[in-house]
Amino acid sequence: MTSTITPDTSAPVAISVEEQQFNDLIEADSRIEPRDWMPEGYRKSLVRQISQHAHSEIIGMQPESNWITRAPSLKRKAILMAKVQDEAGHGLYLYSAAQTLGATRDDMTDALIAGKARYSSIFNYPTPSWADMGSIGWLVDGAAICNQVPLCRASYGPYGRAMVRICKEESFHQRQGFEILLELMQGTEEQRQMAQDSVNRWYWPALMMFGPPDDDSPNSAQSMAWKIKRHSNDELRQRFVNMLVPQAAVLGVTLPDPDLHFNEETQQWDLGEIDWTEFHEVLAGRGPNNAQRLQRRRDAHDEGAWVREAAAAYAHKQSARTEEMAAK
Amino acid sequence: MTDAVNKDSIEVDAHGHVAVDVTTLDAELIEGPSVATPDVAEYALWLGDDSLVLAQQLGAWISRAPELEEDVALGNVGLDLIGHARSLLHYAGTATDRTEDDLAYWRTEPDFRSLHIVEQPNGDFAHTIARQFIVSHYLFELHSRLRASADATLAAIAAKAVKEVDYHRDHSTQWVLRLAQGTDESRRRMITALSDLWPYVEEIFRDDPLIDRLEGIAVRPSSLRPAFDAAIAPVLAEAELEIPRGFVASGGGRTGKHSEHLAFLLAEMQVLTRAHPGASW
Repeated sequence: MTSTITPDTSAPVAISVEEQQFNDLIEADSRIEPRDWMPEGYRKSLVRQISQHAHSEIIGMQPESNWITRAPSLKRKAILMAKVQDEAGHGLYLYSAAQTLGATRDDMTDALIAGKARYSSIFNYPTPSWADMGSIGWLVDGAAICNQVPLCRASYGPYGRAMVRICKEESFHQRQGFEILLELMQGTEEQRQMAQDSVNRWYWPALMMFGPPDDDSPNSAQSMAWKIKRHSNDELRQRFVNMLVPQAAVLGVTLPDPDLHFNEETQQWDLGEIDWTEFHEVLAGRGPNNAQRLQRRRDAHDEGAWVREAAAAYAHKQSARTEEMAAK
Repeated sequence: MTDAVNKDSIEVDAHGHVAVDVTTLDAELIEGPSVATPDVAEYALWLGDDSLVLAQQLGAWISRAPELEEDVALGNVGLDLIGHARSLLHYAGTATDRTEDDLAYWRTEPDFRSLHIVEQPNGDFAHTIARQFIVSHYLFELHSRLRASADATLAAIAAKAVKEVDYHRDHSTQWVLRLAQGTDESRRRMITALSDLWPYVEEIFRDDPLIDRLEGIAVRPSSLRPAFDAAIAPVLAEAELEIPRGFVASGGGRTGKHSEHLAFLLAEMQVLTRAHPGASW
């Protein structure tokens, strides 16, 4: 970096040396690293996306942790605990990636519990049955993987690298979900009904996880130009449905879309109309569990305040003691 | 931390093959033809129920911990304990041809053998830490000696468990120090928690006729007390905490007399399984 000029992003004319370097890195499909210069919009867009993803992992722990104490076998209990714990771990790596862009964990946490930050609205749906542990793994984590595998190649280095690790674990999550449903579908009549009912509730919300249709997605174009995002919402959704249809057949569950059919011409599965009104309702905070999810996060945060304060005070006293010893 | 769930073998093949069972019991349990005698099975139940009940309690913390790092840490400890419980209950079940799940989900309260200390509720974080501090120190001393058991299966389970429990011991010790010497409020809470949990310490080290019949196989609980006291004394001294004096609870968990808390815990744990007799999950 030779130039000391602060780039004025509103200037329409000549671009700075740094900006040219940034553009070249993007063009060459190289990684941008924390110390590289980056346009303010790129930084903001990444902080928004990464922190939303982190929040989704954290809120996403709740619908599943509901079943840890009631898991129907010890093996299932162990797997579910490992899975929810992985989600906390994902939240941690992602908050760290956002911190490399200058965001602080406190600010991000405050934004979440104040209801100002977004997280994936899928987690505002309830988990009334055990089969929902299957559907969340198979459909929700499955959709997340389709969204996230391309992010392993995201242009921002710390994000891409965090995603590699996350995707490995998500793949395990999806399998365990599929396996829960498979076991239920091979079980008693009541278990099969439990599974089908759950798939009926989660299928459409999972498709909505890819975001609004391409012609109605305000942030997508810039993110694709910057290679933060690599495929359009509709493209990924289509890929997901193509993957689900044969898996549903193996399970023996019906996907709740009467218009779903194979298109010989495109060799893809065409899906019926998605009810975007519901998506916008949930996004606007009028989903089944929005208030409850935030309340629980706020309670954990508030009730844990004295513990965090104690840890900070103790660390402070310890370092003061070390300095005192060194001075003697 | 835990071998009970092996995730390392999973490749990223998001769109491919999906039917995989990733959780397996430890090798010594599958390979060994060993069938527990009734007395060994009873002893395995003692230890297995302690781990199971404590794991169930820790599982309830996940997504509610004071910070994300603790969601992960308490989850890890819980997972390790579920692993120990599964191994021990599996082994106990060989005596009567029952599975780990038969024992976890289809016994009622009087047939459980857990100690009262693990049945005590999570309370605030200080109570969870105080319970964890006491139990992890006990379990570390126990498994350290059980490694030398004449029963090969118990010895193998203990050899694996001791490494994990060593981490649990360290985790809770660090928190006892932080809470006792952090803020006035955390110190007050730590003192309260320790005095609430201390009445249940005595039961841990109480001998039972079963132990006399398992010479060389089981570890005599009373023999662990000096090592336990010696291990916690320096921590309490550094934390400037005193050993609480006062009540000693009568206990009785090993003979099926339980605290009022256990029935609620079991009701929650067993509810789904019992609604579907004969189903597989």
